[in-house]
Amino acid sequence: MSRYKIGELESQVWAGRTRRYDIIKEGTIALLIVTLLTIAASLFFGSPDDKQLTFKSWAVTSPSDFYQTAVHEIAGSSESAGYGAPYNTASDGVNVGPLHLAKIFGVSHPVNSVNDFVITPLSTQVNTPEVSAALKTWSAADSKMQQAWATKYDEAVTKANGDLAKISAGSADFGPVPALISGLLSMAQSGSLDAVLLSQGNYFQFDNTKQTLFMGDGNFFNDQSTASHLQGDTWGMMNETGRYPGQAWLWLYSFWYQIPPFNNGDQHPFGANADAYIMVIMGLLSAGLIFMPLIPGIKNLPRRIPIHRLIWKQYYKEENL
Amino acid sequence: MSKNDKPLWTAKLRGAWQRNLPIEKLLPDTQPAYVSSWIYTFGVLTLSALAVIIASGLVLAFEGPSWYHLSNVGHFVNSLHFWSVQFFFIFMVIHLWGKFWMAAWRGRRMATWMTGGIAFVASIATAFTGYLVQTNFDSQWISFEAKDGFNSVGIGAWFTVTNLGQMLLLHVAFLPLILGVLTILHILLVRAKGVVPPIDAFGNKETSQGARK
Repeated sequence: MSRYKIGELESQVWAGRTRRYDIIKEGTIALLIVTLLTIAASLFFGSPDDKQLTFKSWAVTSPSDFYQTAVHEIAGSSESAGYGAPYNTASDGVNVGPLHLAKIFGVSHPVNSVNDFVITPLSTQVNTPEVSAALKTWSAADSKMQQAWATKYDEAVTKANGDLAKISAGSADFGPVPALISGLLSMAQSGSLDAVLLSQGNYFQFDNTKQTLFMGDGNFFNDQSTASHLQGDTWGMMNETGRYPGQAWLWLYSFWYQIPPFNNGDQHPFGANADAYIMVIMGLLSAGLIFMPLIPGIKNLPRRIPIHRLIWKQYYKEENL
Repeated sequence: MSKNDKPLWTAKLRGAWQRNLPIEKLLPDTQPAYVSSWIYTFGVLTLSALAVIIASGLVLAFEGPSWYHLSNVGHFVNSLHFWSVQFFFIFMVIHLWGKFWMAAWRGRRMATWMTGGIAFVASIATAFTGYLVQTNFDSQWISFEAKDGFNSVGIGAWFTVTNLGQMLLLHVAFLPLILGVLTILHILLVRAKGVVPPIDAFGNKETSQGARK
């Protein structure tokens, strides 16, 4: 009989004591148990299905917030308007060290908040004479004039905190912008903005990027998610609406957003670029999991911390090991 | 060697399969004596949960993504899908921790560990796209939040979490295919390599105590 080095036997064909083992029976029983467990959980607890938000529900429930958001869109001061790649070139986006990875890959999903969210939707429908005239005035003006009107109105609305009574909508400084935004609010309240943003001029359409960006620019959507404890600073990505378990397996991803320096959005370089740094960290950790058997120190932990003595307790006892 | 004597690729593959994974290994009726811990059940429990996920997912796929919002039966099937995913991850994480403390990569079993690790990551991606295609408030919010993470490293240029059509296709076709292949490969490797022996089961002893060289 030849001699073996430590560990060498682990790769040999086992020829020691064996026990009877019915793999098919085990699989069948396991499947039965899991099926019954799943049926029981489904019957007792059901599953979450909080109704989706619509632009109509936003404009009807919180018209002031919708109105201000639409003004930000036409003025280009909304979050999505200044996002950068992959939607536009308004900013460099976040970075990891010297790398602006999103910028490198460019604008793959162009979004123009003025046209996509305000002008084009209004142009698709039969408008009131006031809105039609406003659209004509807007189209006839050059981009410099359009920007000046929108910016002045945006500043006025922001200063008045959405209280339109404090603003003279007829001011020449604002041009047709107040009429356009009022028209868009009416359109949203009627429900037709949902249809127009969904179809985007097509019969078939599967991409919800534009609606999601527009809705995300307002407070209505954010407030609903805060009420449902879904915000990032409250472990949002792993939560689910109601009292249901969410994606608990994302706990490590969510964890980084809860601790310094990543939980301070104003702090450079890490807080302000937390999304990118955390993605890189999680990528490295995932690779670490896959290649764990090659990582010095970690690969020896199972030998040093004798949890395996519990797992194979019976065998060690029987073999006096 | 003449052209007709050269081994065919088919014959080579059959030979390798028969050497490494004979039917006795694929469907064993005995196991080493040390395979007697409750921790061993979590692998097959994970597979069972995956079977329930696939079965309930197929029903949801045939009925369409809006069905479960409108029908009580649909909502129940959605609940089966939801809870089987929860059980799947619970079982898989326990299985993974168990294999870590067993150092189950020993004895040329690194590929088994790696396919399991990649399957774990693929499972997270599959579940994530599932949460994105719920077509309810949760999926609206997740897509809005998650876009920033993917965009931040450039992945958002191709993997668009706000594109329901893309996420639905990835969730019901591409990712399950990847996960299925990884799972089958993982199981075949487990059967071919056998269950890893206990740490230091042989220590410095000069006798084989169970291995045949």
